[in-house]
Amino acid sequence: MIPLSWYLILAAALMGIGLYGVITRKNLVGALIGLELMLNSVNINLLAFWRYLHYAQPEMDGLVFVALAFVVAAAETAVGLALIISAYRSRKTVDVNEMNLLKG
Amino acid sequence: MSTFLSTANLLWFIPLVPFAAFVIISVAAFRSRSLSHSLALGAAGLSFIASMIVVWNGLHLPGLAQNPVISQIPWLPAGNSTFMFGVQLDPLTVVTLAFVAITILMIFIYSVGYHNFGAPVGKEDIPGLPPKGAEVKRDGHVEKVPSVEPMYARFFALISLFAFAMFLLVVTDNLLGLYIGWEIMGLCSYLLIGFWYGRESARKAAIKAFIVTRIGDVIMLLGLAALYALTGTLNYQQILASPQTLSMLSTTASPVAGLSWAGLIGLLLFAGTIGKSAQFPLHVWLPDAMEGPTPVSAMIHAATMVSAGVYLVARFFPLISAGWQPGLPLTTPMLAMAAIGAFTALFAASIAVTQNDIKRVLAYSTISQLGYMVAALGVGAYSAAVFHLFTHAFFKALLFLAAGSVIHGMEHGAFHSKQELDTQDMRNMGGLRKKMPLTFWTFLAGGLALSGFPLITAGFWSKDAILAGAFSESAVVFIALALAALLTAFYSARQITLVFLGKPRSKAAEHGIESKATMTAPLVVLGLFAIGIGWIGIPQTFPVLGKLSTDWFATFTGSMLSFEVSEGVSSVPLVTSLIVALGGLLLGWLVYRKVRSAKAEDVLEAAFGSAYRFVQKKYMLDELYDLLFIRPAAWIADVFVSKWMDLVIIDGIINGIGKLGLWFGYVLRNWFDLPVVNGAADGIAGGTRKSGSFIRKLETGRVQQYMAGALAGLAILFIILYSVFK
Amino acid sequence: MSAGQVIFLLVGAVTLGSGIAAVNARKMLHAALWLVLSLLGVAFIFALLEASFFAVVQVLVYIGAIAILIIFAVMLSRSSLTDEGTQTNPRWWLAALGLLILFVGICAAILLWPKVTSIPAPLPASATDLATLGKELVNPNGYLVPFELSSILLLATLVGAIYTAVEKKEEIKK
Repeated sequence: MIPLSWYLILAAALMGIGLYGVITRKNLVGALIGLELMLNSVNINLLAFWRYLHYAQPEMDGLVFVALAFVVAAAETAVGLALIISAYRSRKTVDVNEMNLLKG
Repeated sequence: MSTFLSTANLLWFIPLVPFAAFVIISVAAFRSRSLSHSLALGAAGLSFIASMIVVWNGLHLPGLAQNPVISQIPWLPAGNSTFMFGVQLDPLTVVTLAFVAITILMIFIYSVGYHNFGAPVGKEDIPGLPPKGAEVKRDGHVEKVPSVEPMYARFFALISLFAFAMFLLVVTDNLLGLYIGWEIMGLCSYLLIGFWYGRESARKAAIKAFIVTRIGDVIMLLGLAALYALTGTLNYQQILASPQTLSMLSTTASPVAGLSWAGLIGLLLFAGTIGKSAQFPLHVWLPDAMEGPTPVSAMIHAATMVSAGVYLVARFFPLISAGWQPGLPLTTPMLAMAAIGAFTALFAASIAVTQNDIKRVLAYSTISQLGYMVAALGVGAYSAAVFHLFTHAFFKALLFLAAGSVIHGMEHGAFHSKQELDTQDMRNMGGLRKKMPLTFWTFLAGGLALSGFPLITAGFWSKDAILAGAFSESAVVFIALALAALLTAFYSARQITLVFLGKPRSKAAEHGIESKATMTAPLVVLGLFAIGIGWIGIPQTFPVLGKLSTDWFATFTGSMLSFEVSEGVSSVPLVTSLIVALGGLLLGWLVYRKVRSAKAEDVLEAAFGSAYRFVQKKYMLDELYDLLFIRPAAWIADVFVSKWMDLVIIDGIINGIGKLGLWFGYVLRNWFDLPVVNGAADGIAGGTRKSGSFIRKLETGRVQQYMAGALAGLAILFIILYSVFK
Repeated sequence: MSAGQVIFLLVGAVTLGSGIAAVNARKMLHAALWLVLSLLGVAFIFALLEASFFAVVQVLVYIGAIAILIIFAVMLSRSSLTDEGTQTNPRWWLAALGLLILFVGICAAILLWPKVTSIPAPLPASATDLATLGKELVNPNGYLVPFELSSILLLATLVGAIYTAVEKKEEIKK
């Protein structure tokens, strides 16, 4: 039987990898890819906790959370990519480092 | 008869059609004159047809008074019960509906001609003032002709609304519905008196009418509330057709002056009548209301709205007379009605004798005739009062419309002869019978009906019935009414003589012309009614003719009452009525037939001098009210409230507070604000700026650096939490 | 070591490996393809957790829709398609170090948590019953409100994404 800790460590690793991508990528699309990985690690955690601790009827919380996380992830990606394309069109670049209009 | 067109459904239908016309005209159709009056006329016509069917059905239902046609819908949930709103058809409704529907339709038709439909638009005409006439070229030379009313559509919208209210008042089956119609009519009256709001006199008259009638309305509302509180209903049937309720009301003592509740409520409701039907002392608004267009004067202030007050007391006659039988002493409200009605009849008739404005004479005549009806109800002559209400509506509407026609003819003459003069002043007229034959003959019919010319006019029969009723109950009332009838005949003769007979006394009168067919046709129709409608009520005790008559009217309306009113068999009232009518007419003609000049002093003025002028000034009542109520109110407002209370006390207090505040503010500013608050604020602002210019270096604008910062923060938080909660 | 554990380790290794590749690949298109592989691994993990429905949804939504969307975005922004230089910020090692420390910390916290050793009971059949989940989602006493809210969110996203990405007339003129 697979221990719960394995899932959690896998999710933590995936989260770390995703976060690394978000922080270090110069390309906005690359940052978005990292974000997807982070979201997936959250889903792994949710399902793992559901399976190990809260599976009994009628507790559907874990599953419902995952379902909603899917929706949010899909929405976030769609809007994110639309923003990237829009930014690209106006600035001809997707380099994060050049998008510093908010510099104080 | 299909169920859709049943009597009950038609009753609902009658008021709603004019209302629909009002809404459509005011929302959509106001740009088109012809569309507006088509809608209004169509609605009035439909209501008229429906009314006639309803009246016809009502006449053929046996026992209508005991089993009226009723249709109700739940309207207002009130606590644990529901207020039912409905329509009702009983003999009183039948009679009222008949004359209301006919006069309203006639007046609608007349209005088209009166407002010069089809005439050119005057260049100088502005909304809010009567049309000043337009110049047109005809046969090579410029001619001045009457121009169309600038607010034509508005007029028809308003009279449609008025028709809705009047029909509602007539067909409704409860006092609240009546009150709603009553108040809407008050509003319409206000708007229509002030229809030419560009004139200050019209504005003042409108406000006066509204406020004076309001006094009565408020008191009436009190009666309505008392009635609802005591009986829990405002439905006519539940109150008036229930002997238990009536005897409960007439035997329970009210907290006021030893009156029974029936007496108190009767008096309160009668106050509404005093206001609406212009009885003394609240009659002052009606003559001034002649500022409105003549169809309005005819419809609202002669035929229908002022009749509503009489209708109200007739409707509530069982309550007012609760506990009374012929032969017993009159109840308090009846006594009040008899006194006020008889006094008003005499008083207003005497003023009418002295007036020179053709419409004002008719206005005072209306007040006088309404006094007749009220007095008749007061002495228990119920059928006679309703009969007079019925006939009066026809001949008074006729007289007003004919007067409007005369004024129109005079205006035309004034345009033609380029003469500036008062086209409503009877002294400027004379000899118009040849110029305006139709108007003359119809006016004559109306005038004779008003005077009670024997046998051939409607007014004779109804007035005779009232005199008979008064004679059997009270000698004082009878004498007052007989004198009033004499005066009525006198001023009618005076009016006819001054306007139509003799020779023209001005150039305008010389060039007067007959009005258009839209104006004269209603006159003819109403003229026929003014003559013939009285024959339905010939009493059976009348010599010769009585044998042929069934006295249908008295039987029909009398069925509304729980007791029989015995008709006097005395010949005194009949003889009196003959004498006063014929004598008054003859006297009037004799006195005024020789008036030659517009400038001449009135014959009676020459004879009576200052007494005449006192009456001509309406017994100085307007001045008295001005002195008693308006001046003191203005004085209190000006001197007491404004100058003394406001300026001295309140302003003093306010100024004191203001000065104190000023001083306090000065102290605060110099000792606290400038050194402490300002210094602190400046310090904070400077510090913020400095720290801001330092911190802004952290804002790189790079999202990833922010995120890394957040990550570092998270890591630190994690370490702290972990080391603390391990 | 049971067969399940072996499978888990294999799948986990693929997921993490392709994830690392996805955040390090020099070509964006390659990164997107690595992402697809990593997401497929996550789908397997879901299956191992006996949430087969979500495994399917993972494939459909993430791989079928989101990953393809990312590939489109890469292709539409021409510079990221052709850019082959270094794709990371100069101080990436700092981030890596920080994240490693964080990861170790989390692992320590997980392993020190007593419930982490709990063994799952056999799943009742009703728990995987999709009808139950569906009814819960539309149950007024259950998750109706979040469910409806998410549908509104999706609609708003749809409109917002189109509005944001659409080429406006003024921009075309430029």
